[in-house]
Amino acid sequence: MSQKKELLKINNLKQYFPIKGGVLGRTVNNVKAVDDVSFTIYEGETVSVVGESGCGKSTTGRAILRLDDPTDGTIEFDGTDLLSLNKKEMRKMRKDLQIIFQDPYASLNPRMTVRQTLNEAMEIQNAVPRDERNDRIAELMETVGLQPHQADRFPHEFSGGQRQRIGIARALSVNPKLIVCDEAVSALDVSIQAQVLNLLKKFQDEWNLTYLFIAHDLGVVRHISDRIIVMYLGKIVEMGDTKSIFENPQHPYTKALLSAIPVPDPEKKTERIFLQGDVPSPIDPPTGCRFHTRCPFATDKCAEEVPELRNEDYMTDGHAAACHYIKAIESGEHQPTRETSKVRDV
Amino acid sequence: MSNQQVEEGVQEKVENPRVKSIKDFYKRLAKNRAALIGFYTILFLIVVSIIGPLLTSNSPNDTDVMNRFESPSAEFWFGTDHMGRDIFTRIIHGMSLTLGIGFASVIMGALVGIPIGIISGYYGGRIDNIIMRFIDILLAFPGILLALAIVSILGGSLVNVTIAVAIYAVPGFARIIRGSTLAAKKLEYVDAIRALGAGDGRIIFKHILPNVLSPVIVNATLYIATAILTAAGLSFLGMGAQPPTPEWGAMLNDGRGYMRDAGYIAFFPGAFIVVVVLAFNIFGDGLRDALDPKMKK
Repeated sequence: MSQKKELLKINNLKQYFPIKGGVLGRTVNNVKAVDDVSFTIYEGETVSVVGESGCGKSTTGRAILRLDDPTDGTIEFDGTDLLSLNKKEMRKMRKDLQIIFQDPYASLNPRMTVRQTLNEAMEIQNAVPRDERNDRIAELMETVGLQPHQADRFPHEFSGGQRQRIGIARALSVNPKLIVCDEAVSALDVSIQAQVLNLLKKFQDEWNLTYLFIAHDLGVVRHISDRIIVMYLGKIVEMGDTKSIFENPQHPYTKALLSAIPVPDPEKKTERIFLQGDVPSPIDPPTGCRFHTRCPFATDKCAEEVPELRNEDYMTDGHAAACHYIKAIESGEHQPTRETSKVRDV
Repeated sequence: MSNQQVEEGVQEKVENPRVKSIKDFYKRLAKNRAALIGFYTILFLIVVSIIGPLLTSNSPNDTDVMNRFESPSAEFWFGTDHMGRDIFTRIIHGMSLTLGIGFASVIMGALVGIPIGIISGYYGGRIDNIIMRFIDILLAFPGILLALAIVSILGGSLVNVTIAVAIYAVPGFARIIRGSTLAAKKLEYVDAIRALGAGDGRIIFKHILPNVLSPVIVNATLYIATAILTAAGLSFLGMGAQPPTPEWGAMLNDGRGYMRDAGYIAFFPGAFIVVVVLAFNIFGDGLRDALDPKMKK
């Protein structure tokens, strides 16, 4: 892995959304959507960010594209710090960074035909000379599995899966290096999901694309990603390659999350960990480890000290979890401190 | 050659859904009988205002002392006023004035209000605050009072009345557009085009404006009625059209003194004001229902 080229490097990314209040509109508090997140993506790999809704995974994706300007931190893409670029430089850079959205119904302008949408994308970045654009559109349509003659139709004439393909075609039209897939398949039904995922994988092999895949469906994530980042309340709780995360999860939150994957075998009994309570508010997140309010293994230390991401000697290279007790839990030394709600699925 | 053919084919296919949507739109409008009546009334009035003046035998401003206070008859359909002018002719000639003031002031108001609303909604923050507080001030004035104040500054004339009514129309448009823009700029396709590196101008004109216009069209239609009423009101008060212009509001004022003996002098201009305003109002209501996306399915 070390010989791979770093494509995207995020350091201490923070995204706070101010809450204004009072007569004068002072900032009374912040929603800490992303709080001190750092990770690296290597060229040609697929990294998935998973977590519950509101954990900051989409916000991270949007921050990378500078759709919302982050509060603090650095985002290094291909050696350039994106946050230091001015508007014009950033506009040029956007050619290399694209996004595919969750909702195929909202992500296309209803008043523009597919041809106009794709044409505009190429026009903005001047990615393809004018007289070659029609050929390129036909080619793109075919690549994503649509008929070139459908290019003159409006979005409402397509199904959800087809629209998502159009969204993919738009992202591909400027030949990007990194594509952020923001829940790109969540709105599609399962058979279409598989088609779109296979399509994305095919493009990755062909053009050495890099994906940041934001998702909540762990089955999808397991299928597509090389590495996984698990987020909880704006922080990374665990990251590592897909195999180690799925086979050897360290953080109690990841364990609970993985136990929620349904197993398609009625004979097999799985142990499901039910977490107590809801995700706390990101406006006033818990002190110390943010998961301590719900963690079955929490101690006083967890409420006071913020755990760092750590790699213990028995874990694979690159696998890290932010918990004080991973080693103790693993060896059975540290037992649950509160009543566990492990339930056997029948 | 072949390239041209392809492009022509493209044009045709792009047109088709739009023609279809106009047909669909008419169908939906036709469901509301009142709106359809309003629509055809407006159409009829527009046609009359254009070709009517060419067909009348009398001149709107010719006085005829011999025929003062004539009741409606075969010769003078709506009677004559205190100067012996034919009221029917004056109403026909005044129609283009009335409709013209209505359309012109709304178009002017929209041309100013829409950019203000879009800028306010799109950029947000401090710009939005400053613009909207100013709009609030304008809105706080009762419409006719504001128009009255503007006319008394600019001086009484039809052009100034149109400007006054247009200024009064600005805040309404700005408000509506701002709200729709706030919603539209959060849509994913706007983010998508921004991620592609589009500038603000392109986003605003190609992606936000076309998608926020339908509430404006409804508002504009309804506002034409208000504009006509305000303009007539100002003319009635002597602040607008100056004699002998055959403006309906001014004619209403002319007839005011003879209500008891020759009510028709005031009645006909008044009745036409009512018809025009009502037609625009019911058409606007029908338009709103027809353009409502919830009605589409």
